[in-house]
Amino acid sequence: MPLLQPLGRTFLDGLSAIGRLSLFTLRAVLLALRPPYYPRLIVRQMIEIGYYSLPVVGMTAVFTGMVLALQTYTGFARFNAETAIPNVVVLSICRELGPVMAGLMVAGRIGAAMAAELGTMRVTEQIDALTTLSTNPYKYLIAPRLIAGLTMLPILVGTADVIGVLGGYLVSVYKLGFNPGSYIKNTVDFVQFLDVFSGLVKAGVFGFIVALMGCYHGFHSRGGAQGVGKATTNAVVSASILILISNYIVTELFFSR
Amino acid sequence: MSSDLKIKVRGLCKAFGRKVVLNNLDLDVPKGESLVVIGGSGTGKSVLIKCIIGLMKPDKGSIEIDGNEVTRMSSGEREEIMHKFGMLFQGGALFDSLPVWENVAFGLIAGRGFNRAEAKEIALRKLAAVGLGPDVAMLYPAELSGGMQKRVSLARAIATEPEIIFFDEPTTGLDPIMSQVINELIKQCVDDLGATALSITHDMHSLRVIGDGAAMIYDGRIIWTGPAQDIDNSGNPHVEQFVQGRADGPIKMPVRPL
Repeated sequence: MPLLQPLGRTFLDGLSAIGRLSLFTLRAVLLALRPPYYPRLIVRQMIEIGYYSLPVVGMTAVFTGMVLALQTYTGFARFNAETAIPNVVVLSICRELGPVMAGLMVAGRIGAAMAAELGTMRVTEQIDALTTLSTNPYKYLIAPRLIAGLTMLPILVGTADVIGVLGGYLVSVYKLGFNPGSYIKNTVDFVQFLDVFSGLVKAGVFGFIVALMGCYHGFHSRGGAQGVGKATTNAVVSASILILISNYIVTELFFSR
Repeated sequence: MSSDLKIKVRGLCKAFGRKVVLNNLDLDVPKGESLVVIGGSGTGKSVLIKCIIGLMKPDKGSIEIDGNEVTRMSSGEREEIMHKFGMLFQGGALFDSLPVWENVAFGLIAGRGFNRAEAKEIALRKLAAVGLGPDVAMLYPAELSGGMQKRVSLARAIATEPEIIFFDEPTTGLDPIMSQVINELIKQCVDDLGATALSITHDMHSLRVIGDGAAMIYDGRIIWTGPAQDIDNSGNPHVEQFVQGRADGPIKMPVRPL
């Protein structure tokens, strides 16, 4: 019995956490669709997520593209398939590495910031104060963040795709001696609409997840500085894991036939 | 008689897990009166206020505002009732992403649909009413001292000219002089608005300055109520111990001997 008890409790806690998160998501989405809207706040979040994440995401993308070209070369040279490098680079970046790397970087940057900000607002009673000033905190705090996450990540990832391909190009042309023109022609001819589109859909899903986790953990944090720290950690960890899980699910939906 | 009551609480219960915080609490606040609830730390004062405002859901009991039962209201109706409320939070709870004037104007812009220019003008007037000049209006809350934050917070609470204002420990963390300044400001603002006020505090000076009526909360219920000037001869041993600040008496603090 004493062995089974903690097992059962953990299981039930897990179930109730899923339930709470589902209710929170449902409420946030429903309220985000109803006025009043706060365009000012949406724009501010968009700038925060879209514009200020560019350097971090760009750096990640360029080095991912570079290392991808290098690794592919050392592998493919063994059976004289070096010419496939542009194809491998563009496919990997657009379909997988662009969205996933950008999603994880943004989870660390934005998810943590959201959880810390909302968590501090919670423990200093600022969220309660919003309510007493006739403002729904879901509409004022959470909706703008969800909207910004959902819309900005695809744009970020689109940019990251281009930068990633550039990284592969740089290594291939200046280190491996590829012809610049044929590298670009190979890339453009090979890549298909669905490769890019599936990556951008993933990006939207990841952006929503990052914002949702940041808001959920921040909104429900309690117990002062320690609670805010815990909320921040939970937001980043859960967002990262959910990104990897949903990445598989979206891939399956798009490509398994 | 009940039509004269602004707030009427009956049989209010609230527990967190096994810890019972409010236990069958009854409370009346007549229209236009300033009632101060005193009580030690952790006796459920804050929970009481949060239940009345609607930030927490009570487990049992009824809360009537102007004769309307609010505990079973839909969230839409609740938001209507919220328009009647103003609250001064213990830590100020100012929005640190907004400058002072926007904090004060927040309820006007977000809740009442004022445009920003109008709201700013009113905010500056309210700031002047709590003794703060227009130079403070452009600062951010983090740049203000604790006493100034409390004053801004008071200006925010009264900006929408609410019918009922709640004060959660308005003087906690302030020096005696600033405490007195805040107390007098509260008294003056509530009188000017003709509002009903419900305060919770453990500061006896606050009680004497801002209170018309007084009530003491102990063990999750109200154990004594009366006019504020009777607080010194209440005839209740719990109240006497609290007012005189004695360590020995019927209220036992769970302190382990060294």
